[in-house]
Amino acid sequence: MKKYLFLLCISFISTISQAQDDLLDELNKIQKPVISYASATFKSTRIVSGHSIETVAAKHLDFRISHRFGAVNSGYQQLFGLDQSQIRLGFEFGLTDRLTVGVGRNSYQKTYDYYAKYKLLRQSSGAKLMPVTVALLAAAYTNTLPSQPSARFFNNLERQTYCGQLLIARKFGERVSLQLTPSILHRNKVETENDANTLYSLGMGGRFKLTRRTSFNVEYYYTPTTVGGISLRDPQFKNALSIGFDIETGGHVFQLHFTNSKGMSEKYLIGQTEGTWQNGDIFYGFNISRVFSFDKSARKTNK
Amino acid sequence: MKVRFVIPLITLYFIAFQAQSQLFITQAGETSFFSETPLENISALNKQVAAIINIATSEVAVKIQNVAFHFPNKLMEEHFNENYMESEKYPNSTFKGKIQEVIDFKKEGVYDVSAKGILEMHGVKQERILKGKLTVGKDQLTFICNFDVKLIDHKIEIPTLVIAKIAESLTVKNRFVFTAKK
Repeated sequence: MKKYLFLLCISFISTISQAQDDLLDELNKIQKPVISYASATFKSTRIVSGHSIETVAAKHLDFRISHRFGAVNSGYQQLFGLDQSQIRLGFEFGLTDRLTVGVGRNSYQKTYDYYAKYKLLRQSSGAKLMPVTVALLAAAYTNTLPSQPSARFFNNLERQTYCGQLLIARKFGERVSLQLTPSILHRNKVETENDANTLYSLGMGGRFKLTRRTSFNVEYYYTPTTVGGISLRDPQFKNALSIGFDIETGGHVFQLHFTNSKGMSEKYLIGQTEGTWQNGDIFYGFNISRVFSFDKSARKTNK
Repeated sequence: MKVRFVIPLITLYFIAFQAQSQLFITQAGETSFFSETPLENISALNKQVAAIINIATSEVAVKIQNVAFHFPNKLMEEHFNENYMESEKYPNSTFKGKIQEVIDFKKEGVYDVSAKGILEMHGVKQERILKGKLTVGKDQLTFICNFDVKLIDHKIEIPTLVIAKIAESLTVKNRFVFTAKK
């Protein structure tokens, strides 16, 4: 009997204490956590010149203007490179939140580029745990320079270059994001005899958030010149190292950077980076990204 | 002898149990906010708000997960979480308070109520009195409450560059339909 009395007392006390629980604690118990996707692993679809895992949101258009100026060590007569510049204009559209397609045109070698990027996995916490974001990139480039004795094209297929990338990134807390980008680049026609048509490269990138709207970015593409005695890339070309600074202001992202790669796409980053950091043979550049929403429901407000 | 103790204990037990079933909850409350400026209108809706009301003590609590606010413009959603609410640091916005009026929760009808309590947003607590309408239905309570939030009160900074696009004070609308907790 005493035992039952004791049990009853215990259950009575526990019920009382349960009823007196803080209402917010009660809510914590019942509320289902939502899936929280890591947002803004990078501020833009590019870390500096190469792609980041970010895609453009569905029905949004990202209009990008990128510039690379001349070599910084070209002296004051060239205003340290500012006299020369190349430009890439790009239109990149989000078909879905995960799939982006883009077209761009580089003034360097009069090259058009096209790409599709698909987010396979999205880093998330809360109701669903996923440690990394993984995206796939398929890109092609068409050189439209006229055929010259120094660079002769016998047919239009020779103007084509293709690139495939697997982009893996993780946002570590609020400030730091890191990305690994194994890449493969295939040129139908190469510039020099020492060059192989297919190159393999490992891209590494990261950002460090300085303030709520600015971040510091680094990007490096390591491309071996030989693998197992077989030469791949002409040794005159270098690995691309870029450092950048992102400023985000509402709908715009400004990316300012120094890089030893003149090109603004993987074709040049991996295959034809000519500058060297040691000699100051680097280029100042910027990207401006402006995102427009074409989502009709955006006009419908919850007023 | 002992039975004499047991009976009141059992009675008390049921009273305590009763007190527990005085809770009315919702997990699908709706909270939206709106910012209106001549340049840009911003709106967002969250349909996964949890709220609770204790009809025995008139206490209320609301918990909002910031990442569950959805914006028609995805970029705004990103900026909301990254730059303004800092949702990684402050994942939830909460209100905890007490309805000041005496309400007969057994009698169906519409009551004007005001809840006095603490509104916590962006890690900053503010004492507020939120006015709303409480409808006591057959087996549910509907609470509608609109109020304004001044961003400066919660240390949410607007950079000068976009100051013309974001209103200094937002209109927040809430609609919660509570049912008895089983």
